[in-house]
Amino acid sequence: MEEESPAVEISEVDHFYGHRQALTQVTFTVREGEIFGLLGPNGGGKTTLFRIVSTLFQPSSGSVRVFGHETRADSDLVRQSMGVVFQSFSLDKLLTVEENLKCQGRLYGLSGSDLQIRIEDRLTKVGLRDRLKDRVGTLSGGMQRRVEIAKGLLHQPRLLLMDEPSTGLDPGARIDLWRYLKKLQQEEGTTIFLTTHLMEEAEKCDRLGILSKGKLSGLGSPRELKSEIGGEVVTLSVKDRESASKKIAETFGAEVNIQNGSLRFEIPHAKDRINDILNLLSEEPESIHIGKATLEDVFIHRTGHRFWEEEDSES
Amino acid sequence: MTPQPGLLGPAYALCHREVIRFFRQRSRIIGALGTPLLFWILIGSGLGNSFKDSAQSSMSYLEYFYPGTLVLILLFSAIFATFSIIEDRHAGFLQGVLAAPVPRMSIVLGKILGGATLAFIQAVLFLVFAPTIGISVHPVGWAILLPVLYLIAMSLVAMGFFFAWSLDSTQGYHAIMNMVMIPMWLLSGAFFPQEGAFVWVRWIMAINPLTYGVAAVRHCLYWGEPMPTSLPGLPLSLAGITLFGTILFVLSSWKIRSTTARDLG
Repeated sequence: MEEESPAVEISEVDHFYGHRQALTQVTFTVREGEIFGLLGPNGGGKTTLFRIVSTLFQPSSGSVRVFGHETRADSDLVRQSMGVVFQSFSLDKLLTVEENLKCQGRLYGLSGSDLQIRIEDRLTKVGLRDRLKDRVGTLSGGMQRRVEIAKGLLHQPRLLLMDEPSTGLDPGARIDLWRYLKKLQQEEGTTIFLTTHLMEEAEKCDRLGILSKGKLSGLGSPRELKSEIGGEVVTLSVKDRESASKKIAETFGAEVNIQNGSLRFEIPHAKDRINDILNLLSEEPESIHIGKATLEDVFIHRTGHRFWEEEDSES
Repeated sequence: MTPQPGLLGPAYALCHREVIRFFRQRSRIIGALGTPLLFWILIGSGLGNSFKDSAQSSMSYLEYFYPGTLVLILLFSAIFATFSIIEDRHAGFLQGVLAAPVPRMSIVLGKILGGATLAFIQAVLFLVFAPTIGISVHPVGWAILLPVLYLIAMSLVAMGFFFAWSLDSTQGYHAIMNMVMIPMWLLSGAFFPQEGAFVWVRWIMAINPLTYGVAAVRHCLYWGEPMPTSLPGLPLSLAGITLFGTILFVLSSWKIRSTTARDLG
């Protein structure tokens, strides 16, 4: 029966910081073997949920199960079954790569030659075998992140939990990281649950949960989420936004949002109807853009506001 | 699935980390050993022979102050060692430890063993000065002194852990250090004996756990010699300091059971 339980099962989780509600009735599951991304702006509740799943916080109400074990009651079993990679570095910069990993191994009950083999094996896989004796403080940010991942995987967890894994990485290092994560998923069957505020990172996940203002406002694969938007997304810059918006809504029956001074709406086959749109307007538009729905469009569609707007208002 | 870690394995790992870190931060050695050494030489020599202890009247202040300086070295080392709890929290290391399947007691124990080991090493280095002021310790005294120093060090680190965990800034810890820890040391019999003090001071000294630590050190250093009657006996002293350390160990373990947003910086 345990084999069938999902990697992570989050049910009706609320979390409060004092009177401020950070999470509201969050419910979803992460299936075994998938790469699941929790997408949302900073301040949207991602890190709070991450800390709850990693057993550092207890939810104010609701429950989280990892491979069937409740985080509150069976915290040690949960901790053992997952590797956690934090956003802020959890490596000791004064220690060498090897010393850091040894310390980690012992915290997970490993020792002796078994531990030594695992350390060398993991470092080889992240391409840092030759940096074993270097102090962590002398490594680049990208290398430190790789050591951090090697550290999280040392005890061969079934689930790898990562908070904003791309933070501080240059584009090249991000590509490397994703190549490694995919390999880990395919070769070792590791379930990966990560948080991100980057659209291009979210695109690479098997499934996504959209977390905005502490609520789950979307769940599905990137393709599914994007296909919910029935067609193409038109962004239009005009001076007389009010009347244009009204006309478009009447003619196409589309819901028009005004975002950053532009009109934004979704209509099927927008490409073929560009002349209809232009004829409708009483003025020449400054610009018109038609594109396939992106995850950002999904976010706007689901939450009614722009991704970065929320971040700005939170901070 | 890896084996469930016990209490000692993780504690050893964390203790080992403390020791490695220490030797890579040279300034800490100067801070913990240098300052007390300077105090001892300056205050000890400054008061010189003007100090008269009623029971041990032949004693110079340099000599009277010596056991207290040993304890001050332990205290300073313990403070430095627990300071890193606040740093670890901001640097993220602690999150990694807290997310591991480690008994919470083991985390506290690791810190205590690490901090105490470092404090102990520094105190032992200071023992080379004992012969220069005419203290020659009896072999039995030595045999008891070393574990006693380690015991006091563990209690002081446990105390430091408790305070460091409760505070979110190093400034707050400085305040505790100046308002609680240093006065504790001043009123422990390290600086002046109990008998000449005002009654209220004597009362504070009697309930101050560190009084028992300093007394235990004096008993060991002067093993076989008559001691002032006002000084708590060795068994009582050992019991006092052990009780103090145990209480703070338990309190600290209890305190880190659950974490809040504040704990993770």
